[in-house]
Amino acid sequence: MTATPGIAVDGVSVRYGDIVALDDVRLTVAPGRVTALIGMNGSGKSTLFKTITGMVRPAAGTVAVDGRPPAAARRRGVVGYVPQSEDVDWSFPVSVRDVVMMGRYGHLGITRRPRPADHRAVDEALARVELDDLADRQIGRLSGGQRKRAFVARGIAQDARVLLLDEPFAGVDKRSEATIVRLLRELAADGRTILVSTHDLHALPSLADEAVLLLRRVVFHGSVAEALRPDLLARAFGLDPGHPRSTTAPEGEA
Amino acid sequence: MNLLDILLEPLQYEFMLRALSATAIAAIVCALLSCWLVLIGWSLMGDAVSHAVLPGVVIAYVIGAPFALGALVFGVVAVALIGIIRGTSRVKEDAAIGIVFTTLFALGLVLISVTPSQTDLNHILFGNVLGVSASDLVQIAVLAAVAFAVLLIKRRDLTLFAFDPIHTFAIGLSPRLLSGLLLGVLALTAVVALQVVGVVLVVAMLIIPGATAHLLTDRFGRMLVIAPSLSAVSSLVGIYLSYWVDASSGGLVVLVQGIVFAAVYLFSPRHGVIGRRIASRKPVAESVAGD
Repeated sequence: MTATPGIAVDGVSVRYGDIVALDDVRLTVAPGRVTALIGMNGSGKSTLFKTITGMVRPAAGTVAVDGRPPAAARRRGVVGYVPQSEDVDWSFPVSVRDVVMMGRYGHLGITRRPRPADHRAVDEALARVELDDLADRQIGRLSGGQRKRAFVARGIAQDARVLLLDEPFAGVDKRSEATIVRLLRELAADGRTILVSTHDLHALPSLADEAVLLLRRVVFHGSVAEALRPDLLARAFGLDPGHPRSTTAPEGEA
Repeated sequence: MNLLDILLEPLQYEFMLRALSATAIAAIVCALLSCWLVLIGWSLMGDAVSHAVLPGVVIAYVIGAPFALGALVFGVVAVALIGIIRGTSRVKEDAAIGIVFTTLFALGLVLISVTPSQTDLNHILFGNVLGVSASDLVQIAVLAAVAFAVLLIKRRDLTLFAFDPIHTFAIGLSPRLLSGLLLGVLALTAVVALQVVGVVLVVAMLIIPGATAHLLTDRFGRMLVIAPSLSAVSSLVGIYLSYWVDASSGGLVVLVQGIVFAAVYLFSPRHGVIGRRIASRKPVAESVAGD
């Protein structure tokens, strides 16, 4: 395969003080596919995301996003990020359109005054996620699924080649979940790299082309069907029979 | 006496004209800044920086440097110290803020007490807007203009940062730079408001207008208009009241702002405690997920 990987993580280790968050993670995420990142709380999913955006510097190893170091990728607007619900202030006085426009800020001048092309890009992104009717609503006045779509639209308006989604199905009903899955599939078909962290194993077969099981290191990376094998899941969720002391159960399903 | 007399009589005194101008200027620029502070959750930071600039102002006075410079230096020192204490010990952020600003404020008090000057401690603590001189007014106007311009030019970036610092970072902008910019403006603004309501009450002008406006609108652009307008009007009402009832001007400026907040808190149509109930008697079909 000659295509540049969307995300290439090579031998990355991250420590917070004495705690090892990531240990020699090696992972290549291909463009044109939806890749699910599965792991329990504390498995290092968020840290991996932060390492990909460059927010956290690894103690060892390198990260490339769309073939570039994270800082260069950020400047080029390659990285789109859809935050977890609890990381967003839903009472913030911005409309859906305002949020989507924030995807354009990296392209804009010093005062970030939008040009006609930016308004067009925002309109197109809103239409694509089917939120054009709700564009002027305050962001908190959307349902859980609509909120996620608004942030995906921000990534589309940004024309992000790599889209990171942190637990996008938490607090989202089944129908919205299906809409989001379809949307992510379409975006992958555009040639984007889509990495989705999730607890939701039920949605996995329809959502993702491949799956990564993470427990501080990559436990497994391959097909979804294989990732759902009980022995692999048990290892990813720290229930490995070989390690009798680790009994932490998966938690936090929405 | 009719309303016109009530409004016009104080204007024949030059000190009242200066007081009203200084108050309006400070109210507008503080209120503008407050929109971001309340949304980020930096009210305590506003309190801290506005107190911590005191030693900077005193030292600037002693060596004859501009007050703003001294304030800026100590604003930066305060923020840096808070960050260091939080980052390198088990002390939590609110405690770190409390320790740093009270200590710097105390340093300011000590410096004032050993500095031979005409400046009355009470004026610094509680403001002396009726004693604002022409040159004070010029300084207030210049600082406010700088703060106002920075906020207006960078308003979209600051709003982006306030709403989603991770996205700000992910698209190649610097959340650290933007937060530094906001704190710098905060230090400048603190100097402006210091003369009007004094160090102790500056924080009111930096928080109440933004919080009030947030209860009135779901649009940030409108917040940036509502907060300064409400703040300017209530502050001017406060000054007039202080003239007519002969009471503390700084105190009344803040008191009126607080009363306006209370009214909005109760009766705002969408986000007021009572207003919401009245509004909810009418069927609202579109409210999917309130806050």
